[in-house]
Amino acid sequence: MRRSNNILRNVEEMDAILETKKLRVEFKAQAPARGTKVAVKDLNLRVNAGEVFGFLGPNGAGKTTTMNVLLGFVNATSGSAFLFGVDVREPIARQRIGYLPELTYYYKFLTAEELLRFYGSIFRVPRAELDRRIDELLKLVELDHARKRPIKTYSKGMQQRVGLAQALINNPDLLILDEPTSGLDPIGRMKVREIIQRLKQMGKTVFFSSHELGEVETVCDRVAIIHSGELKVEGRVSDLVQKHNTNLENIFLNIIGYQPSLAV
Amino acid sequence: MMRTVTALAGVVIKELYRRKDFYVLFVLTAVITLLMASVNFFDDTRIVRYVKEISLLLIWVSALVIAIATTARQIPAERENRTIFPLLAKPVTRGQVVVGKFAGCWLACGLTLVVFYVFFAVVSGSRESYWPVLQLLQALWLQWVMLAIVIAMVLLGSVVFAAPSSNGTICFIVVLGILLMGRYLNQVALREPQPMSTILSGIYFLMPHLEWFDIRDFLVYDRALIGWGSCALATLYGAAYVALLLFSTWLVFRRKPLNL
Repeated sequence: MRRSNNILRNVEEMDAILETKKLRVEFKAQAPARGTKVAVKDLNLRVNAGEVFGFLGPNGAGKTTTMNVLLGFVNATSGSAFLFGVDVREPIARQRIGYLPELTYYYKFLTAEELLRFYGSIFRVPRAELDRRIDELLKLVELDHARKRPIKTYSKGMQQRVGLAQALINNPDLLILDEPTSGLDPIGRMKVREIIQRLKQMGKTVFFSSHELGEVETVCDRVAIIHSGELKVEGRVSDLVQKHNTNLENIFLNIIGYQPSLAV
Repeated sequence: MMRTVTALAGVVIKELYRRKDFYVLFVLTAVITLLMASVNFFDDTRIVRYVKEISLLLIWVSALVIAIATTARQIPAERENRTIFPLLAKPVTRGQVVVGKFAGCWLACGLTLVVFYVFFAVVSGSRESYWPVLQLLQALWLQWVMLAIVIAMVLLGSVVFAAPSSNGTICFIVVLGILLMGRYLNQVALREPQPMSTILSGIYFLMPHLEWFDIRDFLVYDRALIGWGSCALATLYGAAYVALLLFSTWLVFRRKPLNL
């Protein structure tokens, strides 16, 4: 009973699709003398239904670690994280999410269609429904023409788009995208951005990390900037731009303490 | 649970028949066996026995190579290519990944064995005009159970050792060691001084006796069937080792960081 109470939280908090409370992640340093490294420090985040939320920070800021906790890959040292009000340590919390990791080389001996069928069968999608979804998704990511080709023949951009299709195979309510445009050329990036915008129009919640701040400014409703594991700022993109009277890139650079003159 | 395991196993089977390993080994076995079968040394009537012996030896070696090579790369490849992330981001547990990979490798090896044994039956049957179907089925089944232990052992190795090549080599040496020397280890232990005697006896009683599943001689010398009760006991013995090894794999894998 207590366990189910812990897993399923109050109904009024259910609007938060993704939530972390005082989330802290520590790792043992490789050299024992260095003790522990704090990757995430007491992070409080809340992403509401239908939002496109940008999770920003320089390399090593703790973005991927936070995502790893949300996806159940890493256990938090303290604090808690919930998806749809369900503790992320429960596998069922991942039933309604789609995840696109950064730079993944999918099973190269499978075709795009077979890959989607494999992931779809994990979600127990009925055969007819799965066929329909595969057709729909391959059209969405513009891979319909290459559906019967092995993935090993795909370009990087095509592999990223097949990754996006696999993240959508269960028709998820929440999409977690880890640097979805990383390593793509401008056309590839634009295609992924268009897909995110279409998902937003479809009412999906999207939580994504990116270094492309122009892209974030274009597609995100709200952003959070973390640096050295700490949340530095969180708010609506329009509010932040208005408040700081500059674009998101300059806000980001100011927050992480980057001084161009020193670099020059 | 079963749906996830079946889906994972399906990917492993597709991988096996789309790679060249199986075809290369099968063609090699077939060519050597057919060459042996086509020659006639001094009108020796026992030539069929030699052909059968060599063919079965090649089947055993090929099946071991396929089982070890296929299994050793499963989990490391998932981590290296980062496909483990989208997989575990779905409602899939690490335990299901272990069982799914095991099932896939075992079924793939089963299909391989069927192809090899059909070939063996056709070659030996055409020379002898004798079709010992039940003996063949028993030999196939026991070899398949033996491969289950080997696959579970390699799967454990794949979460312990860093590189698939080192895991494959170590497992191949261990399996060959057991097959060639396992049955004599207790006799060696009796001749050794203490504490070596106790250590060797301990190893003898703890290790899976893969050689118990080897009934090639029954096929070569056309002996009678093994009792089905003995066959069932051997299967239970194999299943116990598989369960133990898979449980150990899960224990190690559940705490393993996913990044290489």
